[in-house]
Amino acid sequence: MTIASADPGGKISLRAWLADETPKSRTQAFLANLWRGVVALCSNPVAFGGLAVVLAIVLVAALAPLFAFGISPIEQDLAHRLAPPSPTHWFGTDELGRDIYARTVYGARVTLTIVVLVSVIVVPIGLTVGTAAGYLGGIVDTVLMRITDIFLAFPRLILALAFASALGAGLRNAVIAIALTAWPPYARLARAETITIARSDYIAAVVLQGASTPRILLRHVVPLCLSSVIVRLTLDMAGIILTAAGLGFLGLGQQPPTPEWGAMVSSGRDLILDQWWVATIPGLAIFVASLGFNLLGDGLRDVFDPKAA
Amino acid sequence: MIEVAALSVTFHVGHVAVRAVREVSFAVTEGETFGIVGESGSGKSTVLRAIAGLLPTPRDSVRIAGRAVGARRTRSERRLLQFVFQDPYASLHPRQTVDQILNEPLAIHKIAGAGALVGRALADVGLGPEHRFRYPHQLSGGQRQRVAIARALILDPRILLLDEPTSALDVSIQAEILNLIARLRRAHRLTSILVSHDLAVVAHLCDRIAIMQEGSLVELLDVERLRRGEAREAYTRELLRASRGYSRAQAPA
Amino acid sequence: MSAAPLLEVEALDVAFPGRGRLTHAVRGVSFALGRERLGIVGESGSGKSTTGRAILGLVPWPGMVSAKRLTLGGIDLMALRPHEWLGIRGRRISMVMQDPKYSLNPVVKIGEQIMETYRLHRRGSRREARRRALDMLDAVRIRDPDLVFHRYPHQLSGGMGQRAMIAMMLIAEPDLLIADEPTSALDVTVQNHVLGILDELVAERGMGLIFISHNLTIVSSFCDRVLVMYGGRIVEECAASGLAAARHPYTRALIAAAPSIDRPKAELTTITRDPAWLQ
Repeated sequence: MTIASADPGGKISLRAWLADETPKSRTQAFLANLWRGVVALCSNPVAFGGLAVVLAIVLVAALAPLFAFGISPIEQDLAHRLAPPSPTHWFGTDELGRDIYARTVYGARVTLTIVVLVSVIVVPIGLTVGTAAGYLGGIVDTVLMRITDIFLAFPRLILALAFASALGAGLRNAVIAIALTAWPPYARLARAETITIARSDYIAAVVLQGASTPRILLRHVVPLCLSSVIVRLTLDMAGIILTAAGLGFLGLGQQPPTPEWGAMVSSGRDLILDQWWVATIPGLAIFVASLGFNLLGDGLRDVFDPKAA
Repeated sequence: MIEVAALSVTFHVGHVAVRAVREVSFAVTEGETFGIVGESGSGKSTVLRAIAGLLPTPRDSVRIAGRAVGARRTRSERRLLQFVFQDPYASLHPRQTVDQILNEPLAIHKIAGAGALVGRALADVGLGPEHRFRYPHQLSGGQRQRVAIARALILDPRILLLDEPTSALDVSIQAEILNLIARLRRAHRLTSILVSHDLAVVAHLCDRIAIMQEGSLVELLDVERLRRGEAREAYTRELLRASRGYSRAQAPA
Repeated sequence: MSAAPLLEVEALDVAFPGRGRLTHAVRGVSFALGRERLGIVGESGSGKSTTGRAILGLVPWPGMVSAKRLTLGGIDLMALRPHEWLGIRGRRISMVMQDPKYSLNPVVKIGEQIMETYRLHRRGSRREARRRALDMLDAVRIRDPDLVFHRYPHQLSGGMGQRAMIAMMLIAEPDLLIADEPTSALDVTVQNHVLGILDELVAERGMGLIFISHNLTIVSSFCDRVLVMYGGRIVEECAASGLAAARHPYTRALIAAAPSIDRPKAELTTITRDPAWLQ
């Protein structure tokens, strides 16, 4: 896609190149496959909506100073505290006179940081535990799955709270706490997929070629589990954002004065009847971000589902 | 080349033990194509998988090239023997291109010159460079089975095990694949075992045929004797009659 | 064949839209069926199954069916409304499909399923339906009908399941039975038992049978007449006994491509597809 926009003159021939049924090289085959996925995703209006929301949030977070028009999210202006939405303060100001619009924009950074870090931790752990348990079976499976069960037995937010308070407040600890509670469903999912995949003839074929177990898991099993894990992850993003907000709300996440949506809702809680905007605006941001990831996840599931292809 | 001696395979389904193969013995000489015929549940595929080392088996029941082999095999033991599966829609990795699928065995065995070898392997099974970078879902059933055969032969094995290689294909495609197998078998001087439910397919490719029923080998005979109707066992004769088509006069009452 | 055929199909056409154009699965198929066993042979993609489904009005969306004439005993099937189909499907035309595993409801006992079919079309009492269902299970030569009556589909073997399926499809005494690869999922020895049952019931009840299969050997030994389909068209129509003397090159190639126990040859004939066959 990037090539397409970079070279508008070659666009038509590029599209033909991507749609080519007989690719000439490895790269072309890979890109053509990717292209088909992108086209399928974009032709689904709901999924496209989700993708647009997620991309918009990424853009806002990346260019936060620009979108905030240079307004500082932490600068206090006690003279104008709790000002209602107006042309100067679009979303009003909070109890310390900070601009809520700027805080919401900068808050996207914190939320995205959490989302990215959690994904980076959760996916490898879930995949490793799940594929190893599913493929090796026997005692390995039993031990790994019982550990998974122990984690699953606790309500997620409560467990995250316990971890966060044990590790101490702060963004990094919040991420670790969330990741520690988020991986078990992924391990279960990967295990279920692996059991089906392990029985298939194409895995038997690589076994017969003499491939080692790590090689089979890494090169043949994991790529197939990845799609459902990614779908699950995007659908889970809403939950992760909410857990992060929950920790922020309870003061266990990102520490003040850095803006964080959950903490913002928390601070506006007492004012909800008289200064509704203080809690409502960050709440809406949480809602929109969660919805965007959810829609994207639904769309990705349709794209990855081989039955629909 | 392949010796199977008193091979038994038992599966455990919950607490019930199912004996899928009971005391099966036979030997396949070098260069021979040996056929195993049976209906579903006869244990024919299980025997083949046991020989391939896909199932745990007692170490003395399968000998390949004079050496006893179990399910755990060294890389060089694996390389001796390759397998073609029944369903070409399930035996190729759905997210890998033909090129990746054929490169994998070469990478595992660290064989140099993979690019040229893959091209040659494709040409060998009648596929061109235009098929090389396609995904399995972009190929027809017959083309997929050709890829599976190319994958099996790219390591230059001495033994090829074929598990119902054409039963998922149309008659005309079956003819092409059977001809291909016959040609490659000669060209690569392969020893092979062909498992099928179709007596006609087995009789076409093999010289000697084992008939299996409910886990046991009931009869072992030459194709010539089968054609002349000299089968000893009633079950073999019934199988032969059934595969000649429906007969109103002999319709079982 | 009697003077008025049971089923008349004229210029049947089924097309599926996709990628901005129509793909014709069936093109101008015409045939008439009396109370006989008609075989339709073809490879995958030949349109044989779609033809069977079109007769039953079961072409899945977005498929488009058109025909100059599609009548069953004088009823115009093309003009039927959805609720009118209910009186035809199962009652006048039934269909047996390839795998009983997928065509029987897995959570309802065999007997209940057969009774339900009977009561749907014949409106008898439960006792009457039960008696008929047991009779029918007996007619498909199930040794212990009472036992099978109370079994769930997964408790039956493939052959048993297919017999139960045939019992269910024939209990309403349809005029026409469409069997789509009814024995392909079965072992060869079981295959002939099921064919024998089908043969007997069709002859006994004077039904018409359309037997759809990829297997030339079975079709030529089981049916009276054979239609050979290729690329959505009928390329050959002949008596089953006269298949060896088929004229069309495709039919001849199809016969030659199948390995035979009795006529061994070093190399099987492969089919060189002639674009003219699609004209």
